[in-house]
Amino acid sequence: MRLWPAQQYRVVSGSRSEPTRRRQIAWAGMVALSEFESKQLLANHGVEVSRDKLAKSVEAAVEAAAEIRGPVAVKLCGPSLAHKSERGLVRLGLDTPEGVRSAAEDLLALSTEDDGEVTLLVSEMVVGHRELIAGVVHSEQFGAALMLGLGGVLAEAVGEAVFRLLPVTEADCRDMIDDLGFSALLAPLRGEPAVNQDALVATLLGLAQAGCEDGIEAIDVNPLVIRDGRPVAVDGLVVMSSP
Amino acid sequence: MRSTPFDLLFNPRGIVVAGASTHPGKFGFVALHNVLAGGFSGRVFATNPEKPTILGVEALASVDEVPQGAADLVMVCTPPQACPDILRSAAERGIGAAFITSGGFRESGAGGAQAEERLIELAHSLGMVVAGPNGQGLISTPAQLAAQIVAPIPPPGPIAVASQSGNLVSAFMNYAAQSGVGISRAVSAGNAAMVGVVDYLGWFSEDPFTKAMAAYVEGVDDGPRFAAAIREAAESKPVVLVKGGTTPRGAQAAASHTGALATDDRVFDGMVRQSGAVRAATIEEAYDAVAAFATQPLPAGPRTLVLSSAGGWGVIAADAVSNSNLELIPLPADLEAAIDGLVPPRWSRGNPIDLAGGESRDTIPQAINLVADHPEIDAVIYLGMGIQANTASHLRSGPFFKSADLARICEYHERQDGRFAQAAAEASSRTGKPILAATELAVTQPGNAGPATMGAEGHYCFPSADRAVRALHHLWWHARWRKRHLG
Repeated sequence: MRLWPAQQYRVVSGSRSEPTRRRQIAWAGMVALSEFESKQLLANHGVEVSRDKLAKSVEAAVEAAAEIRGPVAVKLCGPSLAHKSERGLVRLGLDTPEGVRSAAEDLLALSTEDDGEVTLLVSEMVVGHRELIAGVVHSEQFGAALMLGLGGVLAEAVGEAVFRLLPVTEADCRDMIDDLGFSALLAPLRGEPAVNQDALVATLLGLAQAGCEDGIEAIDVNPLVIRDGRPVAVDGLVVMSSP
Repeated sequence: MRSTPFDLLFNPRGIVVAGASTHPGKFGFVALHNVLAGGFSGRVFATNPEKPTILGVEALASVDEVPQGAADLVMVCTPPQACPDILRSAAERGIGAAFITSGGFRESGAGGAQAEERLIELAHSLGMVVAGPNGQGLISTPAQLAAQIVAPIPPPGPIAVASQSGNLVSAFMNYAAQSGVGISRAVSAGNAAMVGVVDYLGWFSEDPFTKAMAAYVEGVDDGPRFAAAIREAAESKPVVLVKGGTTPRGAQAAASHTGALATDDRVFDGMVRQSGAVRAATIEEAYDAVAAFATQPLPAGPRTLVLSSAGGWGVIAADAVSNSNLELIPLPADLEAAIDGLVPPRWSRGNPIDLAGGESRDTIPQAINLVADHPEIDAVIYLGMGIQANTASHLRSGPFFKSADLARICEYHERQDGRFAQAAAEASSRTGKPILAATELAVTQPGNAGPATMGAEGHYCFPSADRAVRALHHLWWHARWRKRHLG
């Protein structure tokens, strides 16, 4: 069962009848959705995601930025682009048409044969001091598990993360937030309001619901930025078992 | 009444020690010794082909000679190759359960693994339950049954233990023997060929003699089944788990950050918490927690007060509370006024309450009752018990005991610490709030009237303030889980 429209696949990576275009990323027999597809899928499960527009050309990217208004991020987008920031495929805080144009040109020039079919993703800038990481993983021993941790580029180095096996309840999600043990992180911080815990619970439940869908092997939202107290998925990766 | 295989293991009508030995260095001797020394309430048989008399028991030549229906459990202490015939004979004599201590099965390699599989198939075909093989044995204090090849025989009490390591069963029981908070049932699962740790927990959770359970696990064969069983047990009674082998294994999914963070241990930890069980890092912490669960009521909330007549220990306890899930509440004004009426003005006037040596004969029982009764306090850490009795012990062994006529003051000091321990236990029963007392004298001077009276009251005297706070942290964690998940 899939909850998102099939044509959304075609936007980036061709129809489901062309699975060869989907690249394997790390596991045999699994494929990644592009960031855009991943976030659309999560949005369909009630996860708040950044406002995103896909652009197939430099001009289209400039237009998309104008529609979004305010500063944007431009990223190279495709199913095999899992670690964009490591490869320098993300440009942040662009607030002029010239800036967007030049970023878009640079990114397209950086794409390689191995990246397959790529496009440009123009996203609103989501501003917040606090970055979390959340997702779903399949553990060999216990099956699918929901995760919440401290996010951002230091997520793996810091290594603060808690898990619950799927399916989860609302009470499980509240426990996860408590288990993280950073009450100071959830309180009002540097002019930002306290984290809305109900909204964070709803995000976790949405991720868990997505993680229970057939064919979904893993979900990775990093960062999950707290904007005005509410979590927003700024980057997302959904990994499916290959059809 | 023998409705389950576990009843046959833990409440047998009679026991047969198969492979009993005349040599005191052999397991087959120690096993019979322990069954007899434990004062087992049922009939005791031993087998040895030479038919010697061992410890007053006339050995039978084989299990075939056990009277029909006289025993439910055979404890096997023979080489592994003798086990199949013993099971056949036992089943024929109406014996429904076996604890196999013999090694040489799965733990010894591929050949042993095959022998183990065949043995379990045989047991199934005979309708027998088999514990072990390669286990140390089991304890069942309600039946006065000590069917194990090692020490100790623990005092009876409310704690049940199941472990993948026999040595750690002994460790829990050694703590129980030392603290006085004893054991209901304990079992070394051995290779767990038929019955695993979570199966025992399932039975313990329905056992009327058990109030809380501790378990040690290393490997988990069937994760989802394990998680479901832990959850079911923890819904019924508190479960404290220690997991061995937690060294992080490589991330299985390098392509996602989530995957890289999903170490086996973090996922296991989440499973334990989700199930409502408590996870302890060490056997010592696990015993502290399970003893607290077994002897204290669960707190209704995290608001904790530290009551101390022991200066620095109060400060250390307050620090430990601040670093836990508990709340070190400001001292309520009405409580401050009430304490002010009991002691000279130099006391701490805060939480921790430090009475600063200003107490007279009845101050401490009064203070314990005042804090326990206060509606804004959910739990109490009580420190300083045993100081007077320790002085008494010092005076008694000193050079002036007789010449200075110190007997009366020594008896007074000892009586006082006994009263303090009783006051803590009574206040806890009366208010339904946990009151955890701690002093290093529980270990350094277990005969001290403070900790000794705690033990006699069936309470656990913690060996340090920080260990008491850690146990209270576990109590509140589980209590909150019950509120959130069971409503």
